[in-house]
Amino acid sequence: MVEEIGTTTEGDLIINVGPQHPATHGVLHLVITLNGETVKKVEPHLGYIHRSIEKMCESLTYRQFIYVTSRMDYLSSHINNHGCALCVEKGLQIEVPARAQVIRVIMDELTRIASHELWWGAMAMDIGAFTPFFHAFRERESINDIMEETCGARLTMNYMVPGGVMIDIHPNFQKKVKDFIAFYRTKMNESDELLTGNIIFQNRMKGVGLLSKEDAISFGCTGPTARGSGLNCDIRKLYPYEIYNSVTFEEVLETSGDSLARYMVRLREIKQSINIIEQLIDNIPEGDFQAKTKAVLKLPKGEFYSRVETARGEFGVYIVSEGGTTPYRIKFRSPGFANLSALDHMARGSKLGDLVAMMGTLDLVIPDIDR
Amino acid sequence: MFIVKYIKEVWSAIKSLLIGMRRTGYYFTHHKEIITQQYPDNRDTLNLPERFKGEVVMPHDEKNEHRCTGCTACELACPNGTIKVITKFDISPEGKKKKAIDKLVYHLELCTMCNLCVIACPSDAIVMAQTFEHSVFDRSKLTKILNNPGSKIMDGVE
Repeated sequence: MVEEIGTTTEGDLIINVGPQHPATHGVLHLVITLNGETVKKVEPHLGYIHRSIEKMCESLTYRQFIYVTSRMDYLSSHINNHGCALCVEKGLQIEVPARAQVIRVIMDELTRIASHELWWGAMAMDIGAFTPFFHAFRERESINDIMEETCGARLTMNYMVPGGVMIDIHPNFQKKVKDFIAFYRTKMNESDELLTGNIIFQNRMKGVGLLSKEDAISFGCTGPTARGSGLNCDIRKLYPYEIYNSVTFEEVLETSGDSLARYMVRLREIKQSINIIEQLIDNIPEGDFQAKTKAVLKLPKGEFYSRVETARGEFGVYIVSEGGTTPYRIKFRSPGFANLSALDHMARGSKLGDLVAMMGTLDLVIPDIDR
Repeated sequence: MFIVKYIKEVWSAIKSLLIGMRRTGYYFTHHKEIITQQYPDNRDTLNLPERFKGEVVMPHDEKNEHRCTGCTACELACPNGTIKVITKFDISPEGKKKKAIDKLVYHLELCTMCNLCVIACPSDAIVMAQTFEHSVFDRSKLTKILNNPGSKIMDGVE
């Protein structure tokens, strides 16, 4: 008798993965219903790292609330801060100086490379390869050093402020970024040698965790997860912000929709990010790094929404203002939450061991999902 | 034909593994490319960039004078209530009352190093220090008073 997938019957094994499990990269709790070794249902349980960030933001002013968003998707904290700053600027109709726009985009792309590098190492470790983790961290470390020198922090920078960036770039910044790109170009093929071509890796990723384009749309997937299924969803292309419409880069798309496609999208995205940085790093215009703003920011009454493309997908900031110094209501649209919802659909009918590979390619950051 | 295909597949599989092993072997024999830092043994030579946000400090000059006017801009800018400015009134030799800080209390345990207080300060009285080893055995040691005892405001700072 063939049992229907997705229902629990007597004799099914229910196991808990997490909240303390190395493969979930945080406090994600998955309740998995198993028939033998076949996954029948995956139920993510959230709430272990809920900090009520959105509610917290209601008591903070428009300058203060930006730093909290670094603690959501901590691997692309720059881009989160960027989205919040954009939303406040939209409400106040501040024109950001050209220099600040270029610096912001360079920082965003550096963050994207660092985030994808960390994902690459961590995902390889989930699958069982330990060496790539160290290689990924070496590259990421050089980006962190650049960030540390200019922003003063390695992970939670809080560098974006409404109207521009907090401090001007360090005098060494341009040289260091160029050095990094030159160094990175020599090490780029290492990821292919170590992991992509590896036969064990290929067999574990090919055809695993299939997500069709229609499903990606209906689950609200964004970012590399959806682009692996062939969905055009790059916010940098669709709704260009800052100077993204004046730089040339291609939107990376793969059509097969399996774990390997999502993996390849991220690896190719790193190369696109490097292209963008190379176009901009020599052309940082002179001028102010921050627009002149009032000491106390007050958004006019109304609703404001802005979106940016983080390393994981679309990050949206929705602010409702009553005209005061603090927002009346804030809602963040985090990419990880929508991407996680597709996990159950992808995992049904596959083996338990493949579930870890799927979770790895979704690039889940739990504080981003739970907020 | 099946056997030829099978052997080809096996060969390409072995080749892919050997390519990976070559890369691993390269780093096994090239020790100079390893960038691991031996912390905490390298504490003496550790260089942190001057912008590193470690903790908020108030620099004093050799006459034990600081630049803080007690305007509470940092207290208002702080999102977590990390800074508390306790002011007093100094009486100048001419008999005028002048606002000055009594204590600038800084709660390191609440601080998120967001740099907003340093940016907000109009007289550059507080800066970020490059320290990062903050662990102590008693929580009360994390509450710090930034101005030195007996210190007073620098001349010319309004």
